[in-house]
Amino acid sequence: MLETKASPNISKSTGLPRKRFYRARAHSNPLSDSHFPVPISPSHVDYSLHYPHVFLPSSDQNDSSKKIQFADIGCGFGGLLISLSTLFPETLMIGMELRDKVTEYVKERILALRVANPGQYQNISVTRTNSMKYIPNYFEKGQLSKMFFLFPDPHFKEKNHRRRVISTHLLDEYAYALGVGGIIYTITDVEELGEWMKACLESHPMFEALTEKELEADPVVELLSSATEEGQKVARNGGQTFRAVYRRIMPPL
Amino acid sequence: MEDAPIEDGENHKDIDVAPALISVHPAQESVAVTVGSELRVFDLHGGGSAVSLVDDSHGPFHKDSIRAIRYGANGKVFVSAGDDKLVKIWSTESWHCICTVSSEKRVTAVALSNDGLHVCFADKFGVVWVVDLDSVDSNQALVNKKAVQMLAHYCSIITSLEFSPDGRFIVSADRDFKIRVTVFPKKPLDGAHEIQSFCLGHTEFVSCLAFVSTSEYPQGFLVSGSGDSTVRLWNISSGSLLDTCEVEVKAGLLESNRRGEECNSAITDLCTIPDCTMIAVAIQSLQGIVLLSCDLSARTLSIAKVVSIMGETFIPTSSRASFSAGLLWMVAGVSNLRGFDHPSLARVRIISGFNKSNLDPQEFEPIVLEDNEIPGGYKLLEKLQGSVAVEEKVFLAAAEAVKTAMSNLLVKKQYSVEKREFRKRTRNDRKTKQ
Ligand SMILES: C[S@@+](CC[C@H](N)C(=O)[O-])C[C@H]1O[C@@H](n2cnc3c(N)ncnc32)[C@H](O)[C@@H]1O
Repeated sequence: MLETKASPNISKSTGLPRKRFYRARAHSNPLSDSHFPVPISPSHVDYSLHYPHVFLPSSDQNDSSKKIQFADIGCGFGGLLISLSTLFPETLMIGMELRDKVTEYVKERILALRVANPGQYQNISVTRTNSMKYIPNYFEKGQLSKMFFLFPDPHFKEKNHRRRVISTHLLDEYAYALGVGGIIYTITDVEELGEWMKACLESHPMFEALTEKELEADPVVELLSSATEEGQKVARNGGQTFRAVYRRIMPPL
Repeated sequence: MEDAPIEDGENHKDIDVAPALISVHPAQESVAVTVGSELRVFDLHGGGSAVSLVDDSHGPFHKDSIRAIRYGANGKVFVSAGDDKLVKIWSTESWHCICTVSSEKRVTAVALSNDGLHVCFADKFGVVWVVDLDSVDSNQALVNKKAVQMLAHYCSIITSLEFSPDGRFIVSADRDFKIRVTVFPKKPLDGAHEIQSFCLGHTEFVSCLAFVSTSEYPQGFLVSGSGDSTVRLWNISSGSLLDTCEVEVKAGLLESNRRGEECNSAITDLCTIPDCTMIAVAIQSLQGIVLLSCDLSARTLSIAKVVSIMGETFIPTSSRASFSAGLLWMVAGVSNLRGFDHPSLARVRIISGFNKSNLDPQEFEPIVLEDNEIPGGYKLLEKLQGSVAVEEKVFLAAAEAVKTAMSNLLVKKQYSVEKREFRKRTRNDRKTKQ
């Protein structure tokens, strides 16, 4: 997946991919049919392609029990993954992104970082997929400990609310993929969407809000508004953000 | 942004063709067949008689193709639903429609909870709805009930809905190769949020689900059929795949069956018999059915027998077993067939010999009953098939039409790169800021 080869889209001076070659439509329709490969089941996800240093192909020394624990849904240009990579160097993480060009950009970006920083950034990767349909194809029950939904597309119109990446029904799937105690992080600069995400989480029987204290103690929380490209844009424009961070709990009997 | 037309299938012309369906009362008190929008019921009490349905709500009972029918476990109610976005609940005593529920979308599958208190139905957008029947009295006049959303497969067509034999789980299958097992909650109207497992392994749409259960294994095992032409056996509590049976290959059907097509024939229907480990499998283009036997202790599937139906073109579109008399009831048929005098047709056949005593697949001797041997005899056939005699070639065309409709609806379109680009260019949602 992340193979190394020279690319004209890589900046000669920084060795990093140039974003302008990876411009894409601002929004993709998550409902339309897919044209990308989908793993048949989580056991079909090829970890050696995503994390070649952790899973050396045809080697028995693989720590093969290791699984992806963090998922950045709609990762965009990948800023969060890159910040988290060094913060949790032992944790495998993946970004899921619907737009192919954006996914390609993130791939190149990670490869370039791996080359520039030997031994680092081996724990992050990206896959092109529709997270609304294929989360169960990637993660087993309870596999994840963190899920991120940073600045998701707002889909303002009432009739498009079902395209929102946070909804009661989709939370059922996220609750399945997250282990008990796992945390779901959401943030947006759109007040209405912030209210919506909070309301969905609040009313769901398998999630409870983190307390203020817990939020302060969690080093990830401050990254929500600062680590991603979208977050930085909002910050530059002095925009407000709306956050909802919830823990996966056992369903009441 | 426009919605992609493929996602809901409502824009397809071909899918108006609907396969005939059959369902048998759990104690074989009546049999129901649907052809298109028509629901035909035959009462098997006494010498048997055709049933006249009574529905005080609107004119015709259903205004468009019926896509799902089912008797409740105790046989007291019967549910029919389909493309007219109506779910009708009938009393099997009076055959009055006791309740009509409106759906927002076309309905693709129905299931009744084992205690008979809830009707669940799935729509073309992947949402499963629930209606509680608490206050519905089979002797009362019509009640209008509202359905609430219970769970959803994100924008996929749900093809089958099944309760586990112990009633703890509701299982839903979809076009995206997926089977979801959800805990059926105490208060289903509040939603079914706890996913027990996903059963993943099929490589095409999942078309049908059924449970094999016996007194030794009362919780049962799930079997599923798919467009990938396999039947698979699952442990629903973990979602693990126990066995895969490539039915066509194993049953030696490939040679005789494949007329040069490169794709496999889809499994179109699965039928299990309570307390029996035999599974009847209907396959596209097969004249007859394949019987699989399921070894529940070894957790394997194997071919027990191929039962061919000789003398006429009979490719079952639906089959249901009636276990009380050891009969497997099948129907072949279709509605809205273009270019023929008889746009709708149905043919009912029965295979006997599914008695518990001869469970051993080696000794099992299925018999295809002649028309004069079947319960209800010609009177039943006249009601359920309609009185017209239909030519051979029409049945062949019907089988073809059902096949095309199924693949149009459920098989993912493989667009070439150029076509995809063209589709993108011609979309009306391109005014996006870059
Ligand atoms: C506004 S961007 C935010 C990106 C990033 N999280 C950030 O904060 O910069 C939303 C991203 O979600 C992606 N997306 C939308 N629907 C998706 C889906 N169903 N599956 C995966 N990604 C999706 C979009 O392509 C887009 O890149």
